[in-house]
Amino acid sequence: MVPQVSLDRAPPTPPPQPGPAIQLRNVTVRFTSERAATTALDRISFSVQRGGFLTLLGPSGCGKSTLLRVVADLVAATWGEIEVLGTSAAAARARRDIGFVFQDASLLAWRTSLENVELPLEVGGGAKRRGARDARELLALVGLAGWENAYPHELSGGMRQRVAIARALVNDPKLLLMDEPFGALDEITRDRLNEELLRIWENTGATILFVTHSIYEAAFLGQSVMLMAARPGRVREIVAVPLPGRRTLAMRETPQFVELAAHLRRVLETC
Amino acid sequence: MSAPSLTRPTAGEYASSEESARAEFAAAARAAAWRRRLLPLGAALLLLGLWQLGVVVFHIRPFIAPAPTAVAATLYDKFGLLLANLAPTAIEALAGFVIGNGVAIIAATVFVHQRAAEEAFFPMAVMFHTVPVVAYAPILVLMLGNGLEAKVAIAALVCFFPTLVNMTRGLRAVSPQQMELMRILSATRSEVFFKLRLMSSLPFLFAALKIAAATSVIGAIVGEWIGATTGIGALIIQATYNFDSPLLYATIVVGSVFSATFFAAISQLERFFLKWNVSQAA
Repeated sequence: MVPQVSLDRAPPTPPPQPGPAIQLRNVTVRFTSERAATTALDRISFSVQRGGFLTLLGPSGCGKSTLLRVVADLVAATWGEIEVLGTSAAAARARRDIGFVFQDASLLAWRTSLENVELPLEVGGGAKRRGARDARELLALVGLAGWENAYPHELSGGMRQRVAIARALVNDPKLLLMDEPFGALDEITRDRLNEELLRIWENTGATILFVTHSIYEAAFLGQSVMLMAARPGRVREIVAVPLPGRRTLAMRETPQFVELAAHLRRVLETC
Repeated sequence: MSAPSLTRPTAGEYASSEESARAEFAAAARAAAWRRRLLPLGAALLLLGLWQLGVVVFHIRPFIAPAPTAVAATLYDKFGLLLANLAPTAIEALAGFVIGNGVAIIAATVFVHQRAAEEAFFPMAVMFHTVPVVAYAPILVLMLGNGLEAKVAIAALVCFFPTLVNMTRGLRAVSPQQMELMRILSATRSEVFFKLRLMSSLPFLFAALKIAAATSVIGAIVGEWIGATTGIGALIIQATYNFDSPLLYATIVVGSVFSATFFAAISQLERFFLKWNVSQAA
């Protein structure tokens, strides 16, 4: 059975092209070490429509980070089919269609915010690629206007993550992969960045695949939440989030949200 | 009248109190800076004074321990001689520093890109490093003659190992995420090297260069002990055999001042290149 994600959302500009942004069929990843072969991902199948926002939620060891790396062509699938924006993951990566945000911002310490955002334009022939955006504008988009010349050590954790998001957006990617990007931040900062991420999503029209281990974050951000179970990593359930239109933090107190969070928690307890 | 309230300072009062607080802070910082400079200087002068007093009070003979004033007088009288002997030592140390560190940086670059090269040559480098410089210095003098070359080679060899180890570590000190980022960006090997590895190795490199600045001078001096006629090392040997302690001490002072200046220059370069480094900024 192929779980299908239904992502109902007002069409972003430009209107979405036909075909899903991500399509995985029976993707299995096995790591072989001296001692044993472990199955990190076991027959994963799902798809995300263009412009969609899917959050991956699961206990540690469920392979959600590995799954993100399969889509980014950082980890090779042992078998199964992966299609990213209509082509192979490697081709999508080579086209700069994929932006990646890591848990630690992974900024280069010797570069200012602006220089960090411009890094993708300097390597791998990045400047010639389609859709190079203005780094200053992007820093303003993530709320860091005026911090262009600050070095990473002069920024707070939240600000560093904002720079990392701006860097991921500089080639105007159609797909944004985020690996627990706010996992190391305090709750207040995380809430604020969650709201801003939704604004950026609307602004760019990109498809987002977002890994988290926070139930509230998963439910608040995603149009759907994909629950994963561990050992071996597999899809447990895909839950549509019944929140209407533009989301606000206050929505987390509505009965629907509380009920959804409770449901997610119950499923997670069995993962 | 309203309920009793705390009087709120006006904007002007805020500004002036902030200004005076800032001035107070600046004054405290200045005082602390002077303290940092003056205390060690005072301690050094105190020790010199005690030394002078000891020599005078206990009638210590000059060849055992010359008085600081005698050393200062020699420094002044024989300044030309001292400088003439510093020149070859400085040239040997600097040339050895450049060659030793240059080769070490190249070797580290090869090691990082070719594991097999590291596995083949690193044990040899470690073994060689355990041989004391005074042991292999005569061999190099026999091989390269009694000229400049042998001393440069000795200075280069003592610089080589610490830089090789540090630089290899530094070039590897990139996080897995940073490597993944470069892969997502389809970066070439040379881009990964110049934009990522080389830059993240700089703190490691400068730590090694500061060590090398001091050891290259030691290497040159040890080289000169073996039959050289000029140089700080040669002068140390001559002064010792002549029981000319004031000259010996003056020579040591000149050598130390050169070593310290060299070290300070590298530190200054480090401060310039590593503005971004947290430990430097703190």
